[in-house]
Amino acid sequence: MTLRRMILNANVKLWVKKIAFALLGGLAVPSVLAVELSGYAGAEYRYFLHDSALPFPGQHVPSVVLAPEFYTEWDDGQQSLLFSPFLRLDGEDAERTHGDIGELQWLLVRDDWELRVGVGKVFWGVAESQHLVDVINQTDLVENSDTEDKLGQPMINLSVFRDWGTVDLFVMPYFRERTFAGRDGRLRGPLVVNTDAAAYESGSGRHHLDVAVRWSHSLGDWDIGVSHFYGINREPQLLLNSTATALIPFYETMHQTGLDAQYTVEAWLWKLETIRRETDTDTFFALTGGVEYTFYSVFETDVDVGLIAEYLFDDRDDAPKTAFEDDVLMGARLTWNDTQSTELLFGLIQDLSSEDIGWNIEASRRIGDRWKLSVEGRFFSVNDNTSVLYPVRRDDYFQLELARYF
Amino acid sequence: MGIKMRNYLLLLLLAVSPFVLAETNAEKGHAIALETDNRDKGWQDSFAEMKMVLRNRHGKESVRLIRVTNLEMDGDGDKGLTVFDEPRDIKGTAFLSYSHALEPDEQWIYLPALKRVKRISSSNKSGPFMGSEFAYEDISSFEIPKYSYLYLRDEVINGIDCFVLELRPQYKHSGYIKSHVWVDKVEYRRQKIDYYDRKDSLLKIQTFSDYQLYLDQYWRSHTMTMDNQQNGKSTTLYQQNFKFKAGLTADDFKKNDLKRQR
Repeated sequence: MTLRRMILNANVKLWVKKIAFALLGGLAVPSVLAVELSGYAGAEYRYFLHDSALPFPGQHVPSVVLAPEFYTEWDDGQQSLLFSPFLRLDGEDAERTHGDIGELQWLLVRDDWELRVGVGKVFWGVAESQHLVDVINQTDLVENSDTEDKLGQPMINLSVFRDWGTVDLFVMPYFRERTFAGRDGRLRGPLVVNTDAAAYESGSGRHHLDVAVRWSHSLGDWDIGVSHFYGINREPQLLLNSTATALIPFYETMHQTGLDAQYTVEAWLWKLETIRRETDTDTFFALTGGVEYTFYSVFETDVDVGLIAEYLFDDRDDAPKTAFEDDVLMGARLTWNDTQSTELLFGLIQDLSSEDIGWNIEASRRIGDRWKLSVEGRFFSVNDNTSVLYPVRRDDYFQLELARYF
Repeated sequence: MGIKMRNYLLLLLLAVSPFVLAETNAEKGHAIALETDNRDKGWQDSFAEMKMVLRNRHGKESVRLIRVTNLEMDGDGDKGLTVFDEPRDIKGTAFLSYSHALEPDEQWIYLPALKRVKRISSSNKSGPFMGSEFAYEDISSFEIPKYSYLYLRDEVINGIDCFVLELRPQYKHSGYIKSHVWVDKVEYRRQKIDYYDRKDSLLKIQTFSDYQLYLDQYWRSHTMTMDNQQNGKSTTLYQQNFKFKAGLTADDFKKNDLKRQR
């Protein structure tokens, strides 16, 4: 760590402490608080269509999940506390048996600013196929390989609202490592990722102080965001260990500048996300752009059909660091608008240079008032042995989940 | 009609100008709509808890709980923030709308599971709201330029003397060719609406009851029922705990506010 960076870190830490004390000292918490409980508990069954090429993983994977949420507010709703822990018990993979604190966050609301302190989740972006711009939270890859699930990020987030837009400032004092499937898990390469051996470019390791700033605004038909992040790259490089028996996640430090924009007109949504990411070993540019068009109430029914098309580009063509360097997503979203909120999302991502295809299907339907049945399926048609998806080519699966909401 | 109508015309003739005699049914319909709108001006902001009971053909019921906050906008459509409490799987979902008379509305939805605020298309006027028999356009803010108006007749329904108007949507993507609206002559409250689909056949009948007066000026129906004449389903919308003039401003209806709705 350079001296300049150390001074910067020390200064920010001091500043953070000052603010925290000033705020906490001045704000009294009432003694009696009503705590609101919600959330869900679910049972899941995954069936992998093929035998694994590896010795340990099986084809049948049952698991259960518990995700409660506790919420309380005071000060006329201007202050609140949110706690959402998460627990998954997996019948096969010890690494997928995992818990997390998704949120443990104090929120202070004022007229033209808001402060969030604790562990939180933040989403940036507009695209459907991948989320390039969205870099605050670590991906919980073991929870779902689609990278949509995230781990809670310790942070202080100040939002300032002005006529010309919203500015969000983030200070993140602690890094969350990515989760990976273990020895008995599917959806992984032949070598297990040894998450206990994670290494960092920065001398302060997971205590590196990450910072980010984002400006976002709605201007008529446009919704725009511009962001910059400096800190630990949430995507590790996977390096061979010395005995070549496992992979070691290596987390570099990065600068990433991102732009996301959506233009909404009639039933069209035009979407663009683009980033420039700079690390010591690589600097690259990536983009996701596309459209979503919805046919409402088709054939005189209440069913809406949305069509999605996105192009994914990444200029890292030298090494297989991304699955999406020149790909197209095509998808359809069917919404029945019925009492049970029946939905179906279907999509495929095709690599334009290798013809490899990943298929994805998600459907859900409420049963009664409290239950929800979800089906998910992912299928891979991968022949290019240089693709990052090559190791999971036999990991096609169907998944059924029944959840009870409370 | 009859004597009452003649007296009314005579009075107008004497009181105003000869031109009024030439008032067409279109002008009369417009004037009644304007009076209805004017009587409901000045509430500034409002809050209500809503319970929707959806009934299918076999009488099976399903319940929705939402909270709705609105901001009255002068010379524009209202701003609205809707928070969903039940069914529990969509708890915390929040919907923000800037409605406009003829321009497309601006709408955002917050999906709590993804922590994602999404700008959505507002072309979906005729689709069902939360699987109910109420379409989005049935619960959106009433603005004069949204329709053309025609006075049809006077009629007494449920013992209440009403004007009957025909409204034809002037905005795009409506599911209706027209609607017939019964407005009572004393307080200008909507008592009943017949909605006709694009093929001009009767689709739904909405009835309003349990009106209560707020702030000595604003009448609010606490029970609205929408009966679908074509599929046999119905939805009753109960509104309660109305609050007005809480001092809300446009700042309380921003995209950022969606994320912290509970």
